[in-house]
Amino acid sequence: MFKSCAGLVALSSLLLSGAALAQEKIKVGVTATLEGTYTVLGEDGIRGHQTAINTLGKKVGDKELEFIIASTDATPDSAVRAVRKLIEQDKVQILLSPLSGDEGIAVKNFAKTRPELTFINAASGAQETTFVDPAPNFFRYNMDGAQWQVGLGKYAYETKGYRKIATVGEDYSFIYTQVFGLVLEFCGAGGQITNRQWVPLGTKDFASVIAALPDDVDAIYLGLGGADAVNFLNQYQQAGGKAHLMGGSIMVDQTILSAKGNAKNALLGTIAASGQADTWEDPGWQKFVKAYQDAFPPNKRFPSPSLLATNYYGSTMALILALRQVNGDLSNNQAKYREALAKIELDAPNGKIKLDSNRQAIGTNFVTEVVDDGKGALFSKVVKVIPNVNQTLGYDPAVFSKIGLPSRTVPECKKY
Amino acid sequence: MTRFIERHPAWALILLIAVAVLLWLILAVWPPGLEEAFGRKRVFLNAVFNGITLGGLYFLVASGFTLIFGLMRNVNLAHGSLYLFGGYIGYAISVWTGSWILGFIVAFIGVALVGVVLQIVVFRRMEGQDLRQTMVTIGLSIVFADLMLWAFGGDFYQIQTPSWLVGPIELPLATAVRSSGEAVYLRYPLVRLVIFAAAVIIGIAMWLALNRTRIGMMVRAGVDDRDMLAATGVPIQLVFVAVFALGAGLAGIAGVVGGTFQSISPGEDTRFLLASLVVVIVGGMGSIPGAALGAVIIGLAEQLGSVYIPTYAIVVTFLIMVLVLALRPQGLLARR
Repeated sequence: MFKSCAGLVALSSLLLSGAALAQEKIKVGVTATLEGTYTVLGEDGIRGHQTAINTLGKKVGDKELEFIIASTDATPDSAVRAVRKLIEQDKVQILLSPLSGDEGIAVKNFAKTRPELTFINAASGAQETTFVDPAPNFFRYNMDGAQWQVGLGKYAYETKGYRKIATVGEDYSFIYTQVFGLVLEFCGAGGQITNRQWVPLGTKDFASVIAALPDDVDAIYLGLGGADAVNFLNQYQQAGGKAHLMGGSIMVDQTILSAKGNAKNALLGTIAASGQADTWEDPGWQKFVKAYQDAFPPNKRFPSPSLLATNYYGSTMALILALRQVNGDLSNNQAKYREALAKIELDAPNGKIKLDSNRQAIGTNFVTEVVDDGKGALFSKVVKVIPNVNQTLGYDPAVFSKIGLPSRTVPECKKY
Repeated sequence: MTRFIERHPAWALILLIAVAVLLWLILAVWPPGLEEAFGRKRVFLNAVFNGITLGGLYFLVASGFTLIFGLMRNVNLAHGSLYLFGGYIGYAISVWTGSWILGFIVAFIGVALVGVVLQIVVFRRMEGQDLRQTMVTIGLSIVFADLMLWAFGGDFYQIQTPSWLVGPIELPLATAVRSSGEAVYLRYPLVRLVIFAAAVIIGIAMWLALNRTRIGMMVRAGVDDRDMLAATGVPIQLVFVAVFALGAGLAGIAGVVGGTFQSISPGEDTRFLLASLVVVIVGGMGSIPGAALGAVIIGLAEQLGSVYIPTYAIVVTFLIMVLVLALRPQGLLARR
């Protein structure tokens, strides 16, 4: 008797909650690299995403947003698998995906097979994603890897006086794009790149790579991220490395600067460029940092948001604000929503962002230098702020398209 | 040795020349022509040292694997999980107590206990049924991997090297001569050398224990004929448990080593299982010296490959395995 009573209560409460949830939901699928080399990046991306939801809320008119998170490991097939799962199993209507460069290219191509859905890039930064054969339903509110390097080459050449550098990078599209941006500017200013080393994503043993670093260069550029970067720095310290360093956008980033151990101190004084700078004075940025810090206890976050948190924040912001503009109207294959997305101008924490005709962000870039805050924590300090950086990096589109797509050897080290 | 020379004079000569060339490459200062064709000597020397030290790590993992196989004839495909578990224990202990050495001890004991439980609860029940054991260990490795993912997350952990081991030391091997006539010596990370020395000591200790002690005699007798050994009144199940515990404990130690000079994360279990499989296939199943030789060959192939033919580096190890399987399927140093 008691059992059946309890069952009845449970059943009716289920029904009641069903009635309470009758309000229409908009399902959004989110992917992040919560496995593999880029785990810390994915985790902080999700923190940025959560911060945006905290700030903006989940309500769109009388509808409510529901976010479903899926995990990837930075490989293109894992991203497509996660996206398919979100679409086919969870029936999401909008995607906030993916995090990493190769994933971005794969998801963009996949987006073409689902023209009725809308894809908002979460953080990936390979050039090809939006530059070559872009998908009409794929929007990217962060800059690509080359845009994130704008200003670094000139700063290294003119202010730091570096003439010859060598690069070490992970062997995939985002780092190709970063090195592309660096080489164009550094070689354009007159610098020389003597050597480009590529290591597979997820390399553990960097000892031989470190041994092969040339001695006769002014600085070494590191295009590594996540666990690879931490592994590299640890082994670099053990090998007694002393060269000047330059960093890519996910190398000089809180994901690395707040890693455990003291190997990261090798980065002190390293110059880098990225879509953000930790110590920027801008009130919008400071407000975002505060919101991020308030949202999570200190041991569950970085001292300051990483580039990934900022990107996920910006893309989530675009997703929600555009959806509010159309009052949650996703009819007619989301045509109205897409129009709003294409037109929206974001007042993102890291500067104003608008989209070009390929639905690629035009935004602000920062040249930074790593400093110690006096208590042992490392931050990236602003050296230079460069507004309105577009995907062709200020080059004439005709000239730019002749350079070729970023790869292990493209671009050549010369003035274009 | 002399028998080998008598039986294969041509091979012995080729081997001798190869060793001489290698020694010259390591000891001499390279002439400029060679540096031009082959890259700098520093890079080569580093790759060789890295290969040998990486071989030390592979040996630690594979020796336990091959020991267990040699005695009990069971292919423990959960060996990689034991490695990863050891790494996590070592990390937790070294963070908690701040002691790196303690991490090794606790990882050894902890993983050895897991090995004891595995032997008593799982393997004893299906003695002599190879296929069943293999399937069960595959299943266990998947369960362990998910349990560890649940407990430790997908993040990478790196065990902090104690401060007295951080940094390089100078080795008395000249890599180049400055124009002033002063020689430039090779600087190499101390921690890798220490870990390699430890691997060598463990290897020698194991060899001595197997060949010079009573227990070692029992184990060797068990390898040759289990039933006969049991018939002579030796508590064979106890020997099995002890060997399994030792093999598992070694994997645990290897986990701490791997976590120190590389890092530990989900997926490392299969990577090291695969590495130790390749090592014991090349060296010969069940042979400790074989595991040592196989580990050094695979370590060298990986590191030299990653420097000189980066694109095909991954293929080289498997190419070696295929060659060994084709020419000497029982492994290089297998007992006849």
